[in-house]
Amino acid sequence: MKLHQEISQSFFISLDAIYANKMRAVLTTLGIIIGVVTVSLMNMAIDGVSNSFIRSISVLGSDTLYIEKNGWLDFQLEWWKRRGRRDITLRQSRKFMELMGNQFLISPYVSHQICTVEYNSEKISGVFMEGAIAESAVINNFEFSQGRFYDNNEVEGERPVCILGNDTVEALFKHESPIGKRVKINGINYEVIGTLKERGTFMGFSMDNVIYLPITRMLNDFARHPNVGISVQIKDLTQVDELTEEIRGAMRRVRQIPPGEPDDFAINKQEVLLNTFNRVSGVIASVGLFITALSLFVGGIGVMNIMFVSVSERTKEIGLRKAIGARRRTILLQFLSESILICLIGGCIGILIACSLSPIVNHYIPASISIKTILFALVIAAFVGVISGYIPAWKAASMNPVDALRKE
Amino acid sequence: MTAETQPLIKIESVYKSYDMGAEIVHALRGINLTITRGEYVAIMGPSGSGKSTLMNILGCLDTPTSGSFILNGKQVSEMDDNELADIRNQEIGFVFQTFNLLPRSTSLRNVELPMIYAGIDAEERRQIAKQALISVGLGERINHKPNELSGGQCQRVAIARALVNNPSILLADEPTGNLDTPTGDEIMLLFDKLHASGRNTIILVTHEEDIAQRARRIVRIRDGLIASDESNIPK
Repeated sequence: MKLHQEISQSFFISLDAIYANKMRAVLTTLGIIIGVVTVSLMNMAIDGVSNSFIRSISVLGSDTLYIEKNGWLDFQLEWWKRRGRRDITLRQSRKFMELMGNQFLISPYVSHQICTVEYNSEKISGVFMEGAIAESAVINNFEFSQGRFYDNNEVEGERPVCILGNDTVEALFKHESPIGKRVKINGINYEVIGTLKERGTFMGFSMDNVIYLPITRMLNDFARHPNVGISVQIKDLTQVDELTEEIRGAMRRVRQIPPGEPDDFAINKQEVLLNTFNRVSGVIASVGLFITALSLFVGGIGVMNIMFVSVSERTKEIGLRKAIGARRRTILLQFLSESILICLIGGCIGILIACSLSPIVNHYIPASISIKTILFALVIAAFVGVISGYIPAWKAASMNPVDALRKE
Repeated sequence: MTAETQPLIKIESVYKSYDMGAEIVHALRGINLTITRGEYVAIMGPSGSGKSTLMNILGCLDTPTSGSFILNGKQVSEMDDNELADIRNQEIGFVFQTFNLLPRSTSLRNVELPMIYAGIDAEERRQIAKQALISVGLGERINHKPNELSGGQCQRVAIARALVNNPSILLADEPTGNLDTPTGDEIMLLFDKLHASGRNTIILVTHEEDIAQRARRIVRIRDGLIASDESNIPK
């Protein structure tokens, strides 16, 4: 008998054998089911979290450095070392820009001051205000639905102009174009000169519920003692390490830090967040893998047990099959395919359960079961089937037909 | 020697011993036996005589400790597991006392089984199996499972199964042992018919004298040796 015939015959024989003991087969697969549910939910969660995380941090741009007083991940640093740090001032940022010359796009920024915006009778509060200069539009890849960004003449002239984020536009201007209209920000009049297209969320914050002002005007009106950040866009990513050093040196001169003293500012990169995130998701994955491995191990032992039972129940059948010409390999395949099939049934049940749980998971993190996850789970289930079925199948295959036939 | 005059089975000084741990049991102590094509032989002997051991060797289920067994021109005593499986599939048709049908399969599926292992494709398999069931008088029962059949009918299915691969030997081990006398008689009539067709070599292993009397030759085994070997004219 050829191998493919043996495999298809084994498949039908095992299907029949499993059908004859339906309840037993399903109960046996419980461990496999739990394993597959864990592995698919875990996969789903990690995929979901990393997709939304990566999507949102991509807004930062892999080519942009953010010089700020504190590092994004400085919560590991002792608090007294952070507390003494001086704010970065607009003057320092200007001096830094002078030192760097024209090699990069640089923009100082002041962000995340919450304000109230009014237009006629409409009023919204909780809008994030951000101040910057003209270069910021390029660094942030702003796309405009109408109008334009402010230019540097308007920045120098401290003009009362503003650009609205998409949510702000929709809340205030339902039936008319906002361009040229006057809005009141915390009671002060500003002229709308541009509106942004929808940008989505960044780490849970809406990037559309914003309003952009020239940094000079913003400092005048709302923030006398601001903490300024500086964004620097690097064109050549291959030189990022040397350029970071150059920027650090310039910043130390600006901040007048004596040699030997540590920096009192931080150069933040998207990469740092990514690394931390990867560490965290690595921990989640290894915990999930541990649970999965444990339940698959227990499940595999259950399947092995039931396969031993199946082999010993059918000793006489094995004897007969061998007597009328079944080879060792034929019997081996018959029982191996039975255990693989049992595990695959468990795998399918597990996937169904995981699919029905996915809306619940989706409630907390954006998650969906991908084809990749399903295939992965099925391959794992089949693998457990091979491992746990091999010894019982081998035992069946190497039975002596005379003894097997004699057994009652 | 041509195929016609060459003996189908030639057993020469076959010994078989089992290591039972404490002692070595000599089940066969030098058996010589020649059977030609078309013979109808009964092998008789009380339990413990070595009759079953001889049957296992004749059925290629087991190999002798020493000696030679040539079946249809092939030296069986030297074969490995897989070769034995193939030769059982091609040369031997087993009929057991307890029928040994697969309980969840229909008569048709049961009869197809040896052909599955022979690698015959599905459509041909089905045709041959159907024909075999008709020839043992079960044409109406091809889709019945063993628990829907009487003992005699089960044994007929088993005989049909034994014949589908056109084996050299039909090897029946107490074929009427689990049947009442009238049913047993029907089965024996079927054997007579198979013998009369001239195509089959039948070896009947039994301890019942009146069953053995149906054969044309009776070989009696005692203490691992052939005690007598004579031709017989059925009454």
